Amino acid sequence: MAQTLDRLKESPSQTAGPYVHIGLMPNFADIRGVYPADLGTTMVGERTKGERITVTMRVIDGAGTPLKDALIEIWQADAAGLYNSPAERRGAADPHFTGWGRQATDMVTGACQFETIKPGRVPFTDGRMMAPHLTVWIVARGINIGLHTRMYFGDEEAANAEDPILARIEHKVRVPTLIAPRSGNSYSFDIQLQGETETVFFDI
Amino acid sequence: MSKLPAANRAPESGAFFQRDRDWHPPAYAPGYKTSVLRSPRRALLSFDGTISENTGPVFGHDMLGDLDDDLIVNFAKPGESAIGPRIMVYGRVLDERGIGVPGVLIEVWQANAGGRYRHKKESYLAPLDPNFGGCGRTISGEDGSYCFRTIQPGPYPWPNGPNDWRPAHIHFSVFGHGFGQRLITQMYFEGDPMIWKCPIVKTINDPQAIEQLTAALDMQATLPMDMRAYKFDIVLRGRRSTLFENRREGN
Repeated sequence: MAQTLDRLKESPSQTAGPYVHIGLMPNFADIRGVYPADLGTTMVGERTKGERITVTMRVIDGAGTPLKDALIEIWQADAAGLYNSPAERRGAADPHFTGWGRQATDMVTGACQFETIKPGRVPFTDGRMMAPHLTVWIVARGINIGLHTRMYFGDEEAANAEDPILARIEHKVRVPTLIAPRSGNSYSFDIQLQGETETVFFDI
Repeated sequence: MSKLPAANRAPESGAFFQRDRDWHPPAYAPGYKTSVLRSPRRALLSFDGTISENTGPVFGHDMLGDLDDDLIVNFAKPGESAIGPRIMVYGRVLDERGIGVPGVLIEVWQANAGGRYRHKKESYLAPLDPNFGGCGRTISGEDGSYCFRTIQPGPYPWPNGPNDWRPAHIHFSVFGHGFGQRLITQMYFEGDPMIWKCPIVKTINDPQAIEQLTAALDMQATLPMDMRAYKFDIVLRGRRSTLFENRREGN
């Protein structure tokens, strides 16, 4: 027998359940007066630098039905490619942009909108630049552990073509599941939980 | 690890320990019927965390209202309070290295003492409590400790099998220092016989992992003639040191 490593186990995940809004977006759930506003719903202010964009997301189940009780969080770099985080060592990010957003999918349509800015590029672990992307995390009833993925931008073909993470996807036919097409200043990103076009989810 | 207080340490930026997916519930757990059509079936794409997963937003104590951590009164009319067994839930947020994690945003939500949620899609016949909203939040202190006050929620039936009931539980959303640590889980109560009958609990395969989500009654932390205390520690993924941090630049 060797010595023990004395590590703890991560707390196991449990589903967010159908009433995740009560805890994370109580105003959206009509629970008024506890918090002044729902955290993460406003990402951009007047002084935020960068190109304003709208990203519409849906989460679609294995029967083709959009989830009407999902919650999505995104995390992204600022317009210059810096994260507003203590672990960012390369410089100071835009102080008027936290880079974090949270939205609930609509209880009727299943869609949600993030009003944000287009992020700059950030480096991969070996220094190569990754294509601009949003880090995406999805929870809902029936999802036992939050799903991590990324949204890349459809108008960044050259950057996407050299992105080290997209290059890791063995079946190239699946790469488009992570790329949101652009229309005007809007992007639409459908997250498919199952099926032929199942989104590539990450173990990171 | 350094003995310096957290505020004096350089922020860590290393990648997180690999997640033990046998400890977590699998995506597909047919005993929990909703997971059948909502579970990805393809292999996950594994890679070492990049800056996009190793960083995360900061939540400052200044964003908290005075009553955010008191569910007994934060939705109640002035001078009134929620109905139910008064409890305090306390513990520490640690990482897998056993280090307290400061500055962690903890958001909680729960049913009322009758097992009813305040939500437009909820239809259980137990009544709403006009003085109970069901949400609260706090941020962990320098050593990872946290505490909030609430009422013990009730068990309730839910549509899965013909007679499935949830054990009393509190939902926890936990925001560590990196987006890769993001976690949502549930806290159960020591001694509740409903825990071992619940299809959602049973999505977790290892009984020890279920016990990790079961808060302990702590009569020493209990406030006599006021409220009982339950202790619930939360463990987030650990992270590797980087050479940069080992050199302790700036010291």
